[in-house]
Amino acid sequence: MRDTSQNGPLLKVRNLDVSVRDKKGHEYKIVDDISFDVQPGEVIALIGESGSGKTTISLGCMGYTRPGCYITGGTVNLDGTQVLDQSLPKLQELRGKEITYVAQSAAASFNSAMTIDAQVIEIPVITGAMSREAALAKAEKLYSDLELPDPGSIGKRYPHQVSGGQLQRLMAAMAMISDPRLLILDEPTTALDVTTQIEVLASFKKLIKDNNTAAIYVTHDLSLVAQVADHILVLKNGQMVEYGTTEQIISDPQHEYTQALMAAAHLMPDEIHAAPPVIQPEPPLLQVKGVTAGYGTQQEIIALRDIDLAIHAGETVGVIGESGSGKTTLGRLISGLMVPKSGGVFLDGNALAPGVQQRSRAELQQIQFAFQMADVALNPRQRLNKILSRPMMFYQGFKQAEATKEVARLLERVGLPTEFAWRFPPELSGGQRQRVNLARALAAKPRLIICDEITSALDTIVAQQILDLLEDLQDELGLSYMFITHDIATVSKISERIAVMRHGRILAQGPVDQVLSPPCHEYTQLLLNSVPEMRTDWLDEAVIERRKLVAALDGI
Amino acid sequence: MSIFEILGQRLIIGLGTLLFVSVLVFLGTEILPGDVAHAILGQGATPELVEQVRERLGLNEPLHVRYFVWLTNFVSGDFGTSLANGADIGTEIGRRASNTILLALSTALISVPLAVALGLMAAVKPGGMVDRTITSASLALISFPDFLVAVVLVTIFAIKLRWLPAIASIRPSYELLDWVRILILPVTALSFTILAHMVRMTRSAVLNVLASPAIEMAILKGVPRKRLLLRHALPNALGPIINVVALNLAYLISGVVVIETLFNFPGLGRYMVEAVTNRDVPIVQTCAMIFCSFYVVLNMSADILSILANPRVRYKK
Amino acid sequence: MSPETRTWQGELKDAMSDLTPGVTFCILFLIAVFIIGAFAPWFAPFDEGEILTNESFAPPSAMLWLGSDYLGRDVLSRLIYGVRVTLFLALIITFLSFFAGVGLGFLAAAFGGKIDSWMSRGNDAMLSFPALMLALIVINSLGSSFVVLVFTIAFIDMTRVYRVARALAVNIMVMDYVEAAVVRGEGKGWIVWHEVLPNALTPLAAEFGIRFTYAILFISALSFLGLGVQPPQSDLGVMVKENMQAILYGEYTTLYPAFGIALIAISMNVFVDWLLQRSSAKLPDEI
Repeated sequence: MRDTSQNGPLLKVRNLDVSVRDKKGHEYKIVDDISFDVQPGEVIALIGESGSGKTTISLGCMGYTRPGCYITGGTVNLDGTQVLDQSLPKLQELRGKEITYVAQSAAASFNSAMTIDAQVIEIPVITGAMSREAALAKAEKLYSDLELPDPGSIGKRYPHQVSGGQLQRLMAAMAMISDPRLLILDEPTTALDVTTQIEVLASFKKLIKDNNTAAIYVTHDLSLVAQVADHILVLKNGQMVEYGTTEQIISDPQHEYTQALMAAAHLMPDEIHAAPPVIQPEPPLLQVKGVTAGYGTQQEIIALRDIDLAIHAGETVGVIGESGSGKTTLGRLISGLMVPKSGGVFLDGNALAPGVQQRSRAELQQIQFAFQMADVALNPRQRLNKILSRPMMFYQGFKQAEATKEVARLLERVGLPTEFAWRFPPELSGGQRQRVNLARALAAKPRLIICDEITSALDTIVAQQILDLLEDLQDELGLSYMFITHDIATVSKISERIAVMRHGRILAQGPVDQVLSPPCHEYTQLLLNSVPEMRTDWLDEAVIERRKLVAALDGI
Repeated sequence: MSIFEILGQRLIIGLGTLLFVSVLVFLGTEILPGDVAHAILGQGATPELVEQVRERLGLNEPLHVRYFVWLTNFVSGDFGTSLANGADIGTEIGRRASNTILLALSTALISVPLAVALGLMAAVKPGGMVDRTITSASLALISFPDFLVAVVLVTIFAIKLRWLPAIASIRPSYELLDWVRILILPVTALSFTILAHMVRMTRSAVLNVLASPAIEMAILKGVPRKRLLLRHALPNALGPIINVVALNLAYLISGVVVIETLFNFPGLGRYMVEAVTNRDVPIVQTCAMIFCSFYVVLNMSADILSILANPRVRYKK
Repeated sequence: MSPETRTWQGELKDAMSDLTPGVTFCILFLIAVFIIGAFAPWFAPFDEGEILTNESFAPPSAMLWLGSDYLGRDVLSRLIYGVRVTLFLALIITFLSFFAGVGLGFLAAAFGGKIDSWMSRGNDAMLSFPALMLALIVINSLGSSFVVLVFTIAFIDMTRVYRVARALAVNIMVMDYVEAAVVRGEGKGWIVWHEVLPNALTPLAAEFGIRFTYAILFISALSFLGLGVQPPQSDLGVMVKENMQAILYGEYTTLYPAFGIALIAISMNVFVDWLLQRSSAKLPDEI
């Protein structure tokens, strides 16, 4: 272990400024006067939403900026070395040995043309710090410390032959191989599925602790970081909002922005509200009966198996699952973008034609689809007026003039200024675009809206606002929602009934309080177990619990 | 699919393409107006005479029979005789093909490494002085018609300075040095025309790779610059670069035709242009088949090489 | 981004403010060349075929600004008429190839499935022919006339345009906003016209410029080989060929038309490059 008894912080960042210059030479500050210290062996978290400058700051600590960005002021001092004043060869030395980096997407960040071992041991070997054999031995030890399967041979594979969660850990091994003094972790678990996330997080935490490495942990997720960080620095628009110990930030946030972040964190509600005991009329608004469907020419790659699901008027049905569970496929099938191999979809008890082309406009109108990514779901070359009036003209035969009037009302209804009608989508913020995305679904005057992960690309605070809007609209218009998501915390707050999907099957469905309270299906339990809690000892417990559940699931 | 299946599939596609090309060459030259018999005999020929010639050339056979006869003859190396002077095409082709191959090969050997190197140099620091010079020079150069560079080169080196011959005719007595003197100007002119495209496309292929997160990661790992380029970027850019090279070697075909004509170089390209001018169908067919086959084989090899360069295909899950 | 920048007036204004001196010069040059070509009889001091002097390759004089050619005709006038023929042919070829190529490419992308795969396979087969070979085979059979030239080169070009247009449209067809129109129940025609085309316009404009340059170079090369435009008509390529031999005697007349072609092509390429860089649009494939 390294001697950490010396006095003073390991890393001192003072008044750091970073600017971008656009093509016409205008400069914008994206990091503004940031100062903080990292003590030896300490983990500091940089928290912020997209555009807060958190990644830029962490890269700045390594003396690196992305193309188009420039460090315009301030100093970064690593134990007496002025990082920003170093020549490129010196910086390269520093980056390989003293400060190392774990990127957000290991799948993209590993070089697909080299084996994993070759990349992990590259720096110590080419700098002569270790012999090849010593480096390989060390790598193998790190692999086993990180609880990777088959540590003796996993490194001989190529990156595309290893799963995402494993790659993320392999990247941590690459960062730790030369015993760095400072480790930078940039959203290292964000790209992973929720149930994989805690496993990876736990192994990172152990690694940092065992090696007594100082770390900067960059993330947007306050609840996750509470498990690993000693100090938290909250950022907004490139400026520091609040700085404090983890205890203080989560128990007593001072700044209102931090409070808002806390309020919007993905936590399970203390109590799951039970569905009102109303007898639902039969037949339900929408019913999926015995549907099996797949991809490929003969639908031979099965994505959905024996799905039965009902959605009643005025209720929200949450469909939850991880990537590859078939939840989005189910939404696409209901809206007619995909055709079932067997089984069918029924609207008010009448069978719907399988494909969009065979459905009548009246049928199409009743079920609308809201896409996940508002930035690609809205044509960047159409004004909002055209985007929103088209469904009215298409389904209800409005003239353009009538539709334009209606568009103004609709915009107001989703909380946007009426003059936005003449704007194009790229001129709007992410949250505003998602409102337009919803408004387009509303413009058809549907009875059911299929919401496909509509909040998952949004920052937490904005996502909360969209959820509030959804509930208001439901109260006012009696809409039904099918809410597709991977986030069990969100879905438990807004749904009356939920369905849990895995590998194309519905494992459990029913009223939300029944499905989510014990005794529940092992997989549901695993999902619940993966939702972070704001206790510092949560992670360790969760990991133990997770192993049991995974073992039980594998046994099924 | 295993790698051998993929390669086998490419080979079959390549063969199919060759067959398709042969059908089109045959149809394009035989079925359209301008009957060969008329072409041989000229305007004033009597119908009897025309009929006689048609019979002799087998033109009265059904089309598909003529095609198969033609194809088997072509594959077995029997190219027929020239309509204009009755000379055996095979001997003439043999002599000229070696000249053209010499011209094309020297051009490829010079321009490919040069282009890849220049493309890399430009991509290393996009927007820098080197990049801007290379990019604007190549932008100008791709706009030049094939013959412009040649005309300018001839003007300077053959007419003004009188260092090199303006015409590349060949005598049997030529020795190595004479060959070099003759080839310098055509090869340089030809290199320029294909170089520019290749530089630009190599540059953008490398830039694409350099913008990837894997390269940013390597920078943040502290990989030295040279190693970053040669060990991390280049292997990933290899597939695109191979395609770029193949695509541009294909430009050689039109380049060869123009440059050979301009320098009076006795190669296949000029042979074909003269044949088209004289409507000497068998020669046109043979030359077209040779050029097209070269093109198809080139594309197929590039396809196969770039598959082999991709580790995702080489090492399956 | 302010709301005005997205109207066409706003975009034009925005584009104007992005112009560098070099690009401005190229655009002005192109406009000038087009005007001179279109109104050739007004600009040319003499008729293109008129033999004015007995002297071959007369040096430039007050009457013959660029001297005379091998027959004693005015080089400047022939240059102006040559530009006219070259631009005229290239424009028709580009328009033809463009409408056919974009139409078919969008069709294939919009229908997908079997139609797309057969059309694209057919197109790939045509692409396995070197362009010049295809042209030589057709000219060998049909001889060289304006009609043959235009349709042959337009056909060759169309296969390239098809590939680019289809790739562009396929990339747009997978966007969620197209999917949104599909779930709404919109027809293919509406989707192509309202969702796909507006998003493909900039790259298509760039492709148009590239095709236009290519057409100019291609016709010139054919004419230079003696297989393109046939005398007494003449384009720039024919002029290069006609005066080529003179270069051996130190007469540079042949360089004027050659540089003329190059200048037009360079200007177009600079403009296209600027257009692509400005919109950060990318063409799917460089051919």
